[in-house]
Amino acid sequence: MQLVLEKRAERSNTIALVSPLIAIGLTIVTMTILFAILGKNPLLALHAYFVAPLTDSYSLQEIAVKATPLVMIAIGLSLCYLANAWNIGAEGQFLIGAVAGSWIAVKTQGTDAGAWVLPAMLVLAAAAGALYALIPAICKVKFGASEILTSLMLVYVADLFLDYLVRGPWRDPHGFNFPTTAEFDPVATVPLLIEGGRLHLGSIIALLVVAAAAILLGRTIKGFEIRVVGAAPRAARFGGFNANQLIILTFAVSGALAGLAGIIEVAGPVGHLQPGISPGYGFTAIIVAFLGRLNPLGILIAGLFLALTFIGGEQAQIAMKIPLDVTKVFQGILLFYVLACDSLILYRFKLVFPNRQVARGTG
Amino acid sequence: MQAHQRMLDPTPNGLHSGESPLLQTLGLTKRYGDFLANDSIDIDIWPKEIHALLGENGAGKSTLVKAIYGLIQPSAGEIRWQGARIVLSGPSEARSRGIGMVFQHFSLFDNLTVAENVALGLDGRESFKDMSARLEQVSKTYGLPLDPKREVWQLSVGERQRIEIVRALMQDPKFLILDEPTAVLTPQEADQLFIVLERLKAEGRAILYISHKLEEVKRLCDTATILRGGKKVETCNPRLETAASLARMMVGGEIKEVKAPAGRQTTVPRLVVNDLSLAPSEAHGVRLEHISFELKGGEILGIAGVAGNGQDELFAALSGERLSRDPGTVVIEGIAAGHLSITQRRKLGAAFVPEERLGHGTAPRMRLSENALLTGHAASGMVRRGFIDTAATLKTVDRATETFDVRKAKRDPEAASLSGGNLQKFIVGREILRNPAVLVVSQPTWGVDAGAAAVIRQALLDLATAGAAVLVTSQDLDELAEIADRIAVMFHGRLSAPLATSEATREKLGLLMGGSSLEPKEAAHAVGA
Ligand SMILES: Nc1ncnc2c1ncn2[C@@H]1O[C@H](COP(=O)(O)OP(=O)(O)OP(=O)(O)O)[C@@H](O)[C@H]1O
Ligand SMILES: [Mg+2]
Repeated sequence: MQLVLEKRAERSNTIALVSPLIAIGLTIVTMTILFAILGKNPLLALHAYFVAPLTDSYSLQEIAVKATPLVMIAIGLSLCYLANAWNIGAEGQFLIGAVAGSWIAVKTQGTDAGAWVLPAMLVLAAAAGALYALIPAICKVKFGASEILTSLMLVYVADLFLDYLVRGPWRDPHGFNFPTTAEFDPVATVPLLIEGGRLHLGSIIALLVVAAAAILLGRTIKGFEIRVVGAAPRAARFGGFNANQLIILTFAVSGALAGLAGIIEVAGPVGHLQPGISPGYGFTAIIVAFLGRLNPLGILIAGLFLALTFIGGEQAQIAMKIPLDVTKVFQGILLFYVLACDSLILYRFKLVFPNRQVARGTG
Repeated sequence: MQAHQRMLDPTPNGLHSGESPLLQTLGLTKRYGDFLANDSIDIDIWPKEIHALLGENGAGKSTLVKAIYGLIQPSAGEIRWQGARIVLSGPSEARSRGIGMVFQHFSLFDNLTVAENVALGLDGRESFKDMSARLEQVSKTYGLPLDPKREVWQLSVGERQRIEIVRALMQDPKFLILDEPTAVLTPQEADQLFIVLERLKAEGRAILYISHKLEEVKRLCDTATILRGGKKVETCNPRLETAASLARMMVGGEIKEVKAPAGRQTTVPRLVVNDLSLAPSEAHGVRLEHISFELKGGEILGIAGVAGNGQDELFAALSGERLSRDPGTVVIEGIAAGHLSITQRRKLGAAFVPEERLGHGTAPRMRLSENALLTGHAASGMVRRGFIDTAATLKTVDRATETFDVRKAKRDPEAASLSGGNLQKFIVGREILRNPAVLVVSQPTWGVDAGAAAVIRQALLDLATAGAAVLVTSQDLDELAEIADRIAVMFHGRLSAPLATSEATREKLGLLMGGSSLEPKEAAHAVGA
């Protein structure tokens, strides 16, 4: 007896819808086993992860705050992935955006610069993220270099560059030698939506990005182009669409969105530039993009769900001393199952009994 | 039950009384939503029989054989194998029971050898060496010569199909299904195939044979089952029928003759190719060498030739999927266009229909309206300020559906769900409805039924009558004779001087297709050019 994967004659639309749910279910089963191995009560741990954060207003706001960068980055990534361009380096574009935007904040610090500061920071961050993403895109188009590798490598370059700045030229002179810039001025800070709360303007921007992506993909010729180039490259060329131009375009857009998310994070919840501003948003957003089926609305939901795991992870650490890294394990397992379940849309499992005997019987 | 079947399905020649059929379907039904692709079909296949399955495009032939091969699950009805009911969980189970299938579209890897391709398609676990030995033995036994060590890209279409057939035969099937095997073969290759099929029949195997070529069915098949609109309408002996009577049963009426409208006048040159030479873009491509011709409005030029002699490369150069350095090599409507993109060429009034329907002419997983947009976005008012006018794209689908009688399960299905011939009608319709000044079309009626082929050929003639220049590449010489004014032959990347259709005898074309020139003098001249 043998278990084989067999191609379905027809694409299963039901599975396409439920596969993310199956993946989440399987992840939770795996996590239960993992908690048990760690010697924690699985039920309490799952409660801390998935239920507790939903029960108080502070955590709910915090989920939205965490979901904001995830959704913004994942929307950009989904455009790349739909067009068969594999941007893995959103984390680096996020950091470069944060650095570029912070440059204005640092330079205007203590001056009487007006309300232009924050908009300028947002624009510069988006532009820097886009330019940074163009490096792997151009290497891909001009020299055929794998964009997967180059975009990933550039994450570490961005990380170290940020580190250098906050330890060197931009370090807060009154910061007791901590590697951080001074707290940004109010004009360089993303305004809060609720006084004294956590929710900030960035969440609104993220919702606008979701709406814009939905319109782009559903209603415009550019969105159609992105979908055709990914789904049927030869037909796309016949349609007159240029795959290389799209690699450039989608990388630039996703870089811009990641950069924007970076500065919003720094000028919002964090308030200053320092290392470790991202708990891996750029990587987690890859999971968000796939869990959301590369669909803007799906990404919004998936972004909230993964934000929940971040908050839940923190709560589980506080309440049950479960290491924070378990959250990363959780996210990794989730991505694994999402991709595995996706293959069930086009394939199905089958038990095969060895019956060569029958096959060769007569004739 | 047994008696009931007999009554429902009397065997036409009464030969089989007493035995039971090898394979039987009883009330086999396949439903897609509200649409019945197969409606309660009863069919009996006997050993030692070549059984034709006929029907218009979309009649449900491929659906039926896919159900028999376990690729799709029937919605109702049953399949009996040697008298016992079976439920197939998939093709591997069908194969293990002795049912083999050769698909119309090959599933081979170009960069692998023949033996490697065969190994990939077999379920067994024998060693590669044993498998290669068996491959050589089977191919020798059946007179299907194959060199196991050659890579697939080096092989002709006929040889590729041989791989698929040998692969199926290595499973030693009692029942072999062939879905339009001769659609892509030259007449000589088809003849070789028929010899093999006769031999398989003599060995006691049964064959189910799908084809749109009725003459060949009359020659080869013992029984024919005819489907129309998903239902079985008749089982008969094709040898006692005429091609016309078979066609009548398929469509339920007469087939229209293609008529060349009188008074077709040629006007100004609309497509001119000047000394076009182009290096191949892929490792296995053909180099185009010094191709020149001129095509006037109102004229149809046919390009004949064995597949793989540069037709694909010429299509890419004309359409703008490949650009040439010298703008003057391709002139559309008086404008040098060799350097222009396919979209810009469409804006000049050109339209293109490639040979491959799925994946080239259409994006398979996208809806027809989106596929209308694929080529219509440039010049058909489907896009306003970057936004798609969905109503306009749907209108194109409806108009193509109506004009070319495209049969489909719903208004706007995915391209891949259409039957092959219906998708072809949609693609041709999509381009013709744009009223192009120049139409470049490859294999316009590949796998299209006789009725639909007539509709498409008529449309091409009407388009030329309306003043367009039409370039048709086809392997079907009868088709070219029917519609083209002049015929040129492509061989090894060169194009012969066109012959007037009245002078283009089969002998002359055959010589040109084999690479000889008609007159030694001309050859000398061509080399000098
Ligand atoms: N997956 C599907 N979903 C919806 N409709 C389908 C699907 N597959 C086939 N059909 C419909 O079923 C009908 C029969 O298709 P089928 O491929 O069996 O035709 P066919 O007789 O093989 O035609 P052809 O000669 O053109 O190959 C067609 O109208 C087609 O649109
Ligand atoms: Mg078919």
